[in-house]
Amino acid sequence: MKSLEELKAIRERMQGQVELRSEDSNQIRVVVGMATCGIASGARPVLTTLAEEVQKQGLKHVTVTQTGCIGLCQYEPIVEVLEAGKDKITYIKMTPEKAVEVLEQHLVRGQVVEKYTLNETRL
Amino acid sequence: MFPEISLHVLDIAQNSIKAGATRIRIEIAADTAAKRLLVAVKDNGCGMDSRQLSQCMDPFFTSRKTRRVGLGIPFLKQSAECTGGSFWIRSQAGAGTELAAEYHMGHIDCIPLGDINATMYSLILMNEAIDFYYRYAVDGREFVLDTSKMRGLLGDMPLGSSEVAAFIREYLEENKREADQEEIL
Repeated sequence: MKSLEELKAIRERMQGQVELRSEDSNQIRVVVGMATCGIASGARPVLTTLAEEVQKQGLKHVTVTQTGCIGLCQYEPIVEVLEAGKDKITYIKMTPEKAVEVLEQHLVRGQVVEKYTLNETRL
Repeated sequence: MFPEISLHVLDIAQNSIKAGATRIRIEIAADTAAKRLLVAVKDNGCGMDSRQLSQCMDPFFTSRKTRRVGLGIPFLKQSAECTGGSFWIRSQAGAGTELAAEYHMGHIDCIPLGDINATMYSLILMNEAIDFYYRYAVDGREFVLDTSKMRGLLGDMPLGSSEVAAFIREYLEENKREADQEEIL
């Protein structure tokens, strides 16, 4: 049985090296739609993949959060990327694989993955 | 419809989050001999008055403005009732909402519990401001994850810091394996 006592050890080990968030103005916000429509279309694995990859790769400038229904239920799972001073990018019909691609191209290298965006899709 | 009960749990918890809850209690309890699975969610959010409470089971009612249907609660109710199980909901404006669904696991239409760890992991990490009390029990073998207790031990270290997040994942996985023994819900 794994016990919470381990947290004490983690706290002692991490003492003094609190993970600092980079300046808020440079922070990229990644928002995943998690209403019924998103969840039914597979948003949970997209969200957990993004959250875990951001942590694994130590991307301090990226915050992954969730939101409710964005109003485009037929295009879920939807992932929005918000960056100060730039237009919002909306990725539609995401999968964990596409999410990793977006993370590596867009969040790390700054290259929007046009082929998955709402703009590129003929509605 | 959802392919897993754990997705219903994630969806229902979103209602609690929207309702401004600061504490959400989620319980999964299975009795494999009786083939019953109970799912219960309780929050201290804004709750509903009696009018909203009767409307919330209607798929053509929702409080949101982005679309005109609200399927979360009707979906959960249907998925439990179609196995011969049951569903109830209680709510009080200003005090919170409490609901439970019971599934008959032996029924051919019963969906599996699915990846409940992924549901809890994403709920806890995406909602740092909310305290989750999670209890998982199979035939009396059980464990609890209480984020307010975790915070007490961690001080000002956030649950989202990488080592703590990894601990939460391992805690859920290892303790669920022990509670499950060989059972697959």
